[in-house]
Order: sequence, then C-alpha cells, then structure tokens
Amino acid sequence: MDHLEFEFEGRGHSPRRGHALVGVVGSGNLEVLLEHAELGGNCSAVVDTSIRGFDSLWERVLADFVDRHRLADVRISVNDGGATPAVVTLRLDQAAAEIREEQS
Amino acid sequence: MHMSTDGRKAAGWDTIHRSYRARMERAGRLASGKVVAADDAVSLLESVLEPGDRLCIEGNNQKHADFLAASLARVSSDRVHGLHIVQSNLALPAHLDVFERGIADRLDFCYSGPQGLRLARLVAEGRVRVGAIHTYLELYSRYFSDLTPRVSFIAADAADAAGNLYTGENTEDTPAIVEATAFKSGILIAQVNRIVDELPRVDVPGDWVSFVVEAPKPYYIEPIFTRDPAAITDVQILMAMMVIRGLYQKYGVTRLNHGIGFDTAAIELILPTYAADLGLQGEICRYMSVNPCPTLIPAIESGFVEGIHCAGSELGMERYVAERSDVFFIGRDGTMRSNRIFCQLAGHYADLFIGSTLQVDLEGNSSTATLNRITGFGGAPNFGSESRGRRHGSKSWLQAGEEANRGRRMPRGRKLVVQIVETFREGLEPTFVERLDAWDLQQSFDLPLPPVMAYGDDITHIVTEEGIANLLLCDDLLEREQAIRGVAGYTPVGLGRDRAVVERLRKKGAVAYPDDLGVDKRLANRDLLAARSIKDLVHWSGGLYRPPARFRNW
Amino acid sequence: MRPVRRSYDEATARGRIDGLLDAGTFREFCGPTARRSSPHLPALGLPVSFDDGVVVGEGRLDGRPVLIGSQEGGFMGGSVGEVHGAKLTGLLERGLDVEPAAVVLLLDSGGVRLQEANAGLIAMGEIQRAVFRVRAAGVPVIAAIGGRNGCYGGMSIVARSCDWIVVSEQGRLSISGPEVIEAVEGIEEFDAQDRALVWRTMGGKHRRLLGEVDALVENSIEAFRMAVIGWLEQPRPLDLAAVEAEHARLEARLRRFAECRDGLDVWRDLGVERPEEIPELDADAFNAVVASMEERDR
Repeated sequence: MDHLEFEFEGRGHSPRRGHALVGVVGSGNLEVLLEHAELGGNCSAVVDTSIRGFDSLWERVLADFVDRHRLADVRISVNDGGATPAVVTLRLDQAAAEIREEQS
Repeated sequence: MHMSTDGRKAAGWDTIHRSYRARMERAGRLASGKVVAADDAVSLLESVLEPGDRLCIEGNNQKHADFLAASLARVSSDRVHGLHIVQSNLALPAHLDVFERGIADRLDFCYSGPQGLRLARLVAEGRVRVGAIHTYLELYSRYFSDLTPRVSFIAADAADAAGNLYTGENTEDTPAIVEATAFKSGILIAQVNRIVDELPRVDVPGDWVSFVVEAPKPYYIEPIFTRDPAAITDVQILMAMMVIRGLYQKYGVTRLNHGIGFDTAAIELILPTYAADLGLQGEICRYMSVNPCPTLIPAIESGFVEGIHCAGSELGMERYVAERSDVFFIGRDGTMRSNRIFCQLAGHYADLFIGSTLQVDLEGNSSTATLNRITGFGGAPNFGSESRGRRHGSKSWLQAGEEANRGRRMPRGRKLVVQIVETFREGLEPTFVERLDAWDLQQSFDLPLPPVMAYGDDITHIVTEEGIANLLLCDDLLEREQAIRGVAGYTPVGLGRDRAVVERLRKKGAVAYPDDLGVDKRLANRDLLAARSIKDLVHWSGGLYRPPARFRNW
Repeated sequence: MRPVRRSYDEATARGRIDGLLDAGTFREFCGPTARRSSPHLPALGLPVSFDDGVVVGEGRLDGRPVLIGSQEGGFMGGSVGEVHGAKLTGLLERGLDVEPAAVVLLLDSGGVRLQEANAGLIAMGEIQRAVFRVRAAGVPVIAAIGGRNGCYGGMSIVARSCDWIVVSEQGRLSISGPEVIEAVEGIEEFDAQDRALVWRTMGGKHRRLLGEVDALVENSIEAFRMAVIGWLEQPRPLDLAAVEAEHARLEARLRRFAECRDGLDVWRDLGVERPEEIPELDADAFNAVVASMEERDR
C-alpha cells in the first residue's frame, strides 16, 4: 500500500456544500470521494493505493483534474485497487459532474 | 530444384503425377474404396509420405485435423523425416512433437498462439528452421506458387463413401488447401467426424479427395470469438462512443471488419443504443467481414448490421446464424458456409478495419509481439492494412482520401485502418512505447525484420480513452509523433508531448478529445450496452443462441 | 429490445437503494464522509472502502418508512468484516426503536471476510440475533438477493432467518460456494466450472421451486421494488409452532430428494413438466410454471 497526500492551487470553482462518491474499490477499480472543505481556496488529495511507486503519476492525473474542472476548496479522497489512469480519470470526471449537479 | 532442359526431357513432364500414382498404389491396400480405418492411419501416412515432402496440416481458428496431426507424430522417423510443414495455425502439442522427433525440420506458418513459447525453444535448439512467419493470405498464396503441399491433411464434418466432404459451418481454410493440393498431383487425406450415406451438402467433391479417415473423436472446437458483455468496462464503452462519433459517423463507414476483443464488442453493443439515438441506423455498419460473434446479435436484431460474411463459425451460434439467412451466407442445407480467404478479401477491400494491439510506437507501428514467444500474425495484417489495389469509390474511402491528399492533383481514396487501445494495459504497462519489443524479438530469433502487426503508414487513426489521433491530417513524421503523444495519456510517451504542438494539431482535427467529438463522458457506463450479459444475448436471439456451458450463469 | 430497465444485478449498493426507495427519500447513516472503514485491512496491505462495503440508512418505500441496508458486491465480494457487520446489526437494532414498515436487506455477499474472520464470524451471529429480535417485535425483515456474488456462507443463514426473500434469476443462495464444494468433495461430486449445474443447484429458480425463496423477479430494480412493497407490514409468524412446522418440512424434504443428483431430478420429482426447459425461461414464464404447480397442489 502507498499513502499519498497532495496539495494543489485552487482554480476558482468551489462547491458550496455536499459530497460525491463514485466507483467501487476492486481490482483495477477505485472509489473517489469529493467533498467541500475550507482549504483557503486550494484543493487537497489523499490517495490510498494498492500499487506502490506511482506517486508522480497520481500527482499529474490529479493536478490535471483540478485544472480541468477549475476546482477550489475541494478535498479529493481516493481508495484505489490498482486502477489505470484511464479509469482514474473517468471516475474523477464522473465525480466532478455529480458534485456539480448537487449544487443546482 | 532446378533441372536443366535436357534433364527435363529425360525425366519427363509428369514426375509429380507419377510420384502421386506410386504413393496411391502403396497406400491402396489400406483403403476400402477411399476409406481408411483409424487404426491404419499411421501406416497410411508412412505409405504416402516421403522424406522432404512439403506437408500441410489443416489448422484454423476453429477446427484442426487433430487426429491426423497426432498420427503423424507417431510415424517412424526412419521412414518419414525432414518434412517441410506449411500450415497456417500451429495450436496443438502434436504440431511441435513432429519437430521434436525429427519427422519434420522446416516450417512456414502464420500463427502459433499458445505454442509460441515451445516453438521459440525448438527454434533456439535448431530443431525447427522457420522459412517465414506469414499472414494467412500470403501463405495461401504461396500454396499456389512455391510452397504447394505434396500431401495435405484436412478436417471435415462428414464424408460419404465416395469421398465427398461436408465441412459444416467451419469450412474456413479447407478450400484453399484442397485446391492447391488436388490440382498439383498432391495427396489429400480428410479426417472426418463421421461417415454417412448422404451428405447435407457437398463442400469438396469426392474425386479431389484421396483418402478419408473417420476420427475416433470429433475435431475439437473452442469458442474463441465469444466475449461476455459482463466483462466490458466503462472505459471501453467511452472509447466505443468515440469510435461511433469520430469515425463511423464522421466518414459514414458502411463496410468494415472488427478485430476480436472487448473493445470492438463494446462498439457492437452500443450500436442499437448510442448509435441508434444518433440516428445512424442504415447509415453505418451495414456489412461486416467477421466471425459470427455473439455480441453482434443485438446489432443484427435491431436492423443495424444487414450482412455478414464469416471466415469461420462460433460455437453456440449455429442455429441463430442458420435462422438468419438474409444476413449470413447459408448453404441449401440450411447451415452456414464460411471461407477464410473470401472473408479476408472482403475485409481487405472494406472501408475500415478496427482492432486492438499491445504496443504502439511513435510512428504508429503496432505489434503484439512479446519477448520469448513466437506467436505470429494470423490474418490481422491482411485486414489491417491499406488496400492499394482498390479503385472503387465510397463515401468513407473518398473522404479519408481527401484528408490524406496533401494537394496532389490526382484524387485517390484511403481505407481507414484504426487501432483501439487503452494507454495502459494490465499491470500499468504502457501501450505507447519509444521502441517496440518486436526489435528485440527480431534479434533473438534472427528474423529478417521486426514482426510488426500493422505498419504506421497503414494506420490512419489511433483511438484511446483520451481521444482520437487522426494520422491522415498529420503533415510529417513530427506531427504524427505529436498526435500520437497527444492521445497517449499519462504514459511516458504521452507525458513527453509538446503541449503547444498538440493544441495546434487539435485545432486542425489531428487530435480530438471527447468534448471535440461531442461525446458525453457521463454516458460512458454499462447502462449503454444493449446486452450486459450472455443471457441478454440469448434473449435478443429469441433463444436461438446456445452459449457453451462455460459462458452460462443460469 | 432496448433494455431501458435498470439492471438490479449490475447496480452498485447505492444504485440499488436509489432505485428501490421513493425518489429522494434516502438518508444514510455513517456515510462515506464519516470514513468508518476497516481497521484490519491496512495492516494486511489491502485497500479499504469508505463505507466498508455496506450502505445503511432510512427512507420511504411506497410512502412508508423503512430501514434499508445494501451490500456492495464489488468490494471484496460483499464480504462481512467487523465494521460492515456492525453497521448491519446497528441498522436492525434501530428497527426496534423506530418500528418501520420493514427492514430491507439487499444482500450480495460471499459471507465472512476471510481477512477479518473472527470479527466477521461474531458479526454474523450478531446480525442473525438482531434479525430475530426485530422480527419478534413484529417488524418484517425482507431480504433481496441478486448480483454477482449471490448470497453464501453466514449471509445465507441470515437470509433464511428473514421473513421474506426475493431473488433474481442470477441470484444464488447456498451455504457453501461451488468452488468450496468441489475442493472438499471432489470434481466428481460437483464441477464448479459447470455453470449451468451451479445454477441448477443454487440458483434463484431452484430455490424458488424448493420453496426457500418467496418470489423470483426479472433482473430489474423496479421488479425488486414491487416485490418488497408487497411484503411491507406483513410479518410472518415467529413462534414455536412455526419453527416446528419448518423443521418437519425440511426433514420430509431431505427424505424425498435424498437420491437426487441434480436440480433437474428435484424439479422432475416436484412434477415440473419439462424440467430441462426451466433454465431457459424468463421470469414471467417461470412464475407461470410455479403458479400452475401451486394451483395443482392446492
């Protein structure tokens, strides 16, 4: 197991409330939890993954995600069962769409 | 062997035919009419084979002359040795036993699959000299040139006493082998599952066949084209959505070939849902060259796919296919007739091929070669290549040709050759690499060139979960490289992209992401599949599809 | 045939609850943001889940209040660990306080989580005890079985302790799984690769014909919803007479089918006219066969 923590500079869009949970922890799959959190406009991420040694890959994927959705004040939590970046990106995007929906 | 004109005159112009008659005479005592008992199979082979003969053992995706192959492994190597095997598919242990025993020492083949590891060892030990690894069409063509078999073993469903053969749904390669052997004074031995008084239909005329052996057990068939929809992932569905919008809809692809895999199964299963919602029924995917994959059932039943020609059959699909004679090619007896060569030809001249691969390099060359194994090509390169001999126009072919034209005055079309891959394979192995493993394989097995499945200059598009690289719109190798990097995601190749160049390529359409294609990622889930289980496929088929036991969960 | 129905077997634990309950009424207890995950798995180098693979909470079904628990079959085979088990026990015990129209358990589980075997085994006992306490208070407990894991091991005992069971055709119910039986008794006794055999001996249709489940529905969340609604506020008697009657029934059944080697033999013995066709029937056709047999036996 690897336990990774990251901080990202926020991009402006802060969900006012709520959370979104997408995916299931299984082989090659993961769950993503997005929550509103007072982080001074920044975003944070905590990743627990069953595959070791992909720190920089996670950082790139998550940084791109924060950038793509222009997020701020969001805590990203991930439990990972060895998903490929393809699956990670898809789940992150789905979670972002869900938390956006919750705001309306 | 080169013979001088004088030598020719002395030997005569029918040496092969006289040899044929001598062999037939030697073996005649074993036969009652054309029928030889299974117990006499080894003696039969020892009688008709001579050292150094070229021998074809029929082995396809679906059926193998497995009893005759096993019998060959039991012949006396004093009497039979130094054979040159010319065979498309090496799949059974017996196929390699003959090299182990010295019965054969030369090999030309197309595909070795599960025997790849052992074949590599035998090559390293010098027990097998490989002439070449061919594609199917190449090897069959060589049967009619310089690799004509002296003796061929073929497999058929049934024979009658006169030697007429019925090949059932799995005719596959039989016609090619039969034609080359029977008309060049070769000996044709057919292994059949049963000998009957009257055949359902005649697929091979009896007077072309030398001997018939009823095998103790029917030839073994595996359901290798069945993909369980339950295993299709959201990512595969996302890629399938991109294929439909970014390729099938954009070019109006009506005639095509699908490789076998979960990626293409996902495309087939969202035709009746996603593509139908886009109003594409009747506009795309109307004619296919492919085995009768069960995942095609919903697309057929909903009227999308109107015609399919098959290289071979698939276990469990027999009744369904037989009841859909408007769609499939069916004999007067009511069962399907398959034929690999014609299917390969139809696929070669179709508008599009799409299939998966294991590695792609920066030029777009793709390979399924893995180290320590010689697996070969099969027919994928025949399908997955530009058809430069094509002359007839179609919407898709002309539109793709326009994109590729680069201001030349003479218009010409272009076949779409598409590779569909995820950026990472299982175990986080990157699909995109700077250097294919094929180069190492070439070295270790002393091959004349790296075993490339599809050459970069034949490939027109690469689809990943990130997006589509349209290589037709790339002006030079540099742009091509950046377009590939642009869809290579988080692999080292993808991370090495020049963001500015990729953005420019995106503006001109050489790189397209889901948003650019109008693909809504949120729809990318299994609810989009017209069938989510094998049971759903059975329902779609009205109970006509009968899946093998291993695929049932009811 | 476009499948507009929402597949029950395919849905996640949360998806099943969303589809089953009246829209927008679900309120989760100990949700994922509380992060009550397994304390044991990290020590073994295994990933955890924020809800430990089970979703519990309250909501409304056909306008009536219910408590509901839903196992996530995708996380460690729906297995029951310490937290997972405690959440189910707590849900059932809450039933004593609020007396809902039913406690509904959506089961999709291979049984005890091997990595937490002791805690999981204790949890099974606690869950079963809680089921009986709720039932004794007159609140029906309804089990729904579908999904890829079916319902095995300790959870199968829990299921059979409930008032009512509804199962999809894909659902399976048995104590030992196919692989376990094959490993213990040998492949001659049971070939776990023979998928059709597995379903003929453990599948929803077999269990329905044996009378061990009360309804078989097609694989859609809506069908499950309708079945569960039919049993709200409908507890079954739970007294000595009921238990003794059940014991007598089981004893007679054991004698009657002692020589049967396959579900097919049982179905034939039960008087099913064309037993070999049973696996191919859809839910409606199958239920028509069951109804005609019940009519005949009346």
